[in-house]
Amino acid sequence: MTKQLLSPLPGTFYRRPAPDKPLYKNEGDTVAVGDVIGLIEVMKSFHDVKVEVSGKIVKFLADNEEPVMAGQALVEIA
Amino acid sequence: MIKKLLIANRGEIAVRIIRAAKELGIKTVQVHSAADVESLAVKMADETINIGPPHTAKSYLNIEAILSAARETRADAIHPGYGFLAENAGFSDAVRDAGLIFVGPNGAAIRTMGDKVAARAAAKSAGVPVVPGSDGRIDDPAEAARTAARIGFPIMIKAAAGGGGRGIRIAETQVEFESLMPQASAEAKAAFGDGGLYIEKIIGRARHIEVQVLGDGDRAIHCFERECSLQRRRQKVWEEAPSSALPQVIRERLCGSALALTQAVNYKGAGTIEYLYEDDSQDFYFIEMNTRIQVEHPVTEMITGVDLVREMIRIASGEPLRFQQSDIKLKGHAIEVRINAEDPARNFAPFPGTVAALNIPGGPGTRFDTMLYQGYQIPPFYDSLLGKLIVWDETRPAAISRLQRALSELRIDGVKTTKPLHQLLCEDEGVRAGDFHTRWLEPWLESSAHKLEAMKQ
Repeated sequence: MTKQLLSPLPGTFYRRPAPDKPLYKNEGDTVAVGDVIGLIEVMKSFHDVKVEVSGKIVKFLADNEEPVMAGQALVEIA
Repeated sequence: MIKKLLIANRGEIAVRIIRAAKELGIKTVQVHSAADVESLAVKMADETINIGPPHTAKSYLNIEAILSAARETRADAIHPGYGFLAENAGFSDAVRDAGLIFVGPNGAAIRTMGDKVAARAAAKSAGVPVVPGSDGRIDDPAEAARTAARIGFPIMIKAAAGGGGRGIRIAETQVEFESLMPQASAEAKAAFGDGGLYIEKIIGRARHIEVQVLGDGDRAIHCFERECSLQRRRQKVWEEAPSSALPQVIRERLCGSALALTQAVNYKGAGTIEYLYEDDSQDFYFIEMNTRIQVEHPVTEMITGVDLVREMIRIASGEPLRFQQSDIKLKGHAIEVRINAEDPARNFAPFPGTVAALNIPGGPGTRFDTMLYQGYQIPPFYDSLLGKLIVWDETRPAAISRLQRALSELRIDGVKTTKPLHQLLCEDEGVRAGDFHTRWLEPWLESSAHKLEAMKQ
């Protein structure tokens, strides 16, 4: 069964820790509870987005630097 | 005079600039990202134009999009506000190359004052005291060690090309210094592609005092000082003018030195010269010059009666400075507090949301510069500044009482703000006595955390 990880906050979604750093995770990667898959920037402060169920990343539903709403699906994990 | 001014910014400063332009009979164009369609500045401007998605790199920092918006709307000038592109020398040059007026200094002046080593050299040659340190970049470790021994500890090691606190190391002793120097150089090389460093003595207990200047490229004046010592994470939270710590003779020397530097670089526009000031020795040291209008400019406007934003537009239009130094009189005391969408009870967590009920304080000596209106949805993509509450009164104690009264009128339902922080600061004995320094607020916040948590909002 696939699960969606929802954004805890409104803001800008980043898939990298910094512009010159590699992506946290790629589609197809296996992830465990607590793994960081991205950041949400809210008013210039940064918050980790952590995996809540372990599994395999099927698809990212939000792009790097995309504006997201609280509750918006960021990634699909199976 | 400028005919149509494009505002390359957002939030409360965009509103402030539109107001100044309207008073001068100048048409306004407000650029906005997709997230700012409903902003107050957009509602107030004569024309508006979408320059891209919410992310700042794609909108408010996108030079090409802003220049193309200016062409499309036939604006003849661009005001950068503060932050974003305000101190980007390339942007200033690009605006001029496009045949438009940039409301601020030219690229060369921004470059000189933005480069720490060049700015320090300019200050020294204008006779302005600087923090003891290396007169320029140091690449040789042996030379660095000799310089460190001469200026004394603790010492801050900074990247010549750095910024935002990156590449900074603090050494307490010579031994520590010699081991940290190579690390700092390697980090600077990795982060900025330039391993050049410079070193500076750390001034322990200092106040942040800055002088407002205005120049027309030929002549300059100062508009006295502001004190912004109450800072959290190097962000100012409470600013006042004048400083309550400066004896009159020191004030004259400090403001005079700022004026000398402004004149030495033939500065054109509004600028701020920042200093550290030590109470005990009454020594002051130049830190840097900001080549833009600053967030806290209203306190200077309140004590001098000079409309700084309007003057910088006049200067950019080519008018000579309308004031002599003797026209600028310091009267009374002003305080500004920053109302941010942050929850002081939860370690200042950002709090975007929708403004429900809104009550803006009024009455004598009270000003609230804001972009809020009832029903406004505060976007999460930009900084948390919602407004600045500014009060003026005859004396500092009276200004604090007025600030307490104005804070009690301020009501912003739907979001948490820093209002309780300022209410608590107003009651503090240290704040009331003006007895603070740049590292005063953070420990105070720790020891006052329980009080902030108990304050309902």
